[in-house]
Amino acid sequence: MTRQQVLDLYFMDARCKLIELAAFLDRLDRSEGAPDFRFEAFRGALAALSSAPSERAKAVLMSLSDPTLEPLDAAPGKGACGAWPGRQV
Amino acid sequence: MRYIEPHAHMVSRTTDDYEAMRLAGCAAICEPAFWAGFDRSSVHGFYDYFCQLTDYEPKRAAKFALPHFSWLCINPKESEDMGLARDVLGIIPEFLKRPNVLGIGEIGLNKNTRNELEILQAHIDLAAQHDQLILVHTPHLEDKFKGTRLILDVLKADSRIRPERVIIDHVEEHTVGMVLDAGFWAGITLYPESKATPARAIDMVEQAGLRNIWLNCACDWGRSDPLAVPRTAVEMARRGHSAEAIDHLVYGNPLRFLSQNPRFQLA
Repeated sequence: MTRQQVLDLYFMDARCKLIELAAFLDRLDRSEGAPDFRFEAFRGALAALSSAPSERAKAVLMSLSDPTLEPLDAAPGKGACGAWPGRQV
Repeated sequence: MRYIEPHAHMVSRTTDDYEAMRLAGCAAICEPAFWAGFDRSSVHGFYDYFCQLTDYEPKRAAKFALPHFSWLCINPKESEDMGLARDVLGIIPEFLKRPNVLGIGEIGLNKNTRNELEILQAHIDLAAQHDQLILVHTPHLEDKFKGTRLILDVLKADSRIRPERVIIDHVEEHTVGMVLDAGFWAGITLYPESKATPARAIDMVEQAGLRNIWLNCACDWGRSDPLAVPRTAVEMARRGHSAEAIDHLVYGNPLRFLSQNPRFQLA
């Protein structure tokens, strides 16, 4: 696809998601109480998005991922929350 | 358009979904064993589930002229209970003889624990002993990158395993390369929130090529879309991909992988 075709097909969808993202951050600002590790992970992902020169989707996914390789001794639960609590931004 | 749905949990879906998939061009459905949304209390629950996958569900699909195939295992979400997992592994061989069973799956990891790894190795051993195809589930979200690396290490360490007979599912942008580069097949799962959207899936295919990749909807009891594969095919057409390329991805590729088991026959 040409750049024009990509914009024609996906600009409005990306614009919508970008505003949703901005509104989510505004909503967080208006809310009370201490944020948890997901907030810091989200900020780290935004930084990865801004700084990666290419492969931005991969960079964002990596910033939210557990980078270790040692198996856990026991499962902390069954679910995943979308951000690795061990990463300190 | 024709397509194969290689990963759908139809026990969680309505009969209307079978009809909609058939109307959209589905030629066959494959259903891996998975977590029911709650832990089963004994091996008897799995026995009944395997009967459902190999007997009842094919009959339900046949009402819409849809061939139905299945994969068997205890999923990694229930593998922390090693005693239960060993009991379930013990009953799988008798079901491998059933005519719609394609292999062992979806095995893998969930939270990347030592117990999960041990049961994953036991499943791989079972597949090797019975010369079965393998369908691997990779963990969700933040656990996927680590889990995929651990799974690849386990598979590559077993000299009996031929990568071309293993598909590693739920890949995303940060894992698809390592899976394909190691010689395994990669599955891209289309979900509304997690995993991949149609646009991202096509991005990955455009960059990796049409080599050993399939698309699947993995529809289940959660938010999911049983028509995600044909929707993605339409998205490919919107981008200007040829009908031949779309057919290659959504029909030809799953046909090529699944036909490694001679039971996978389409009328």
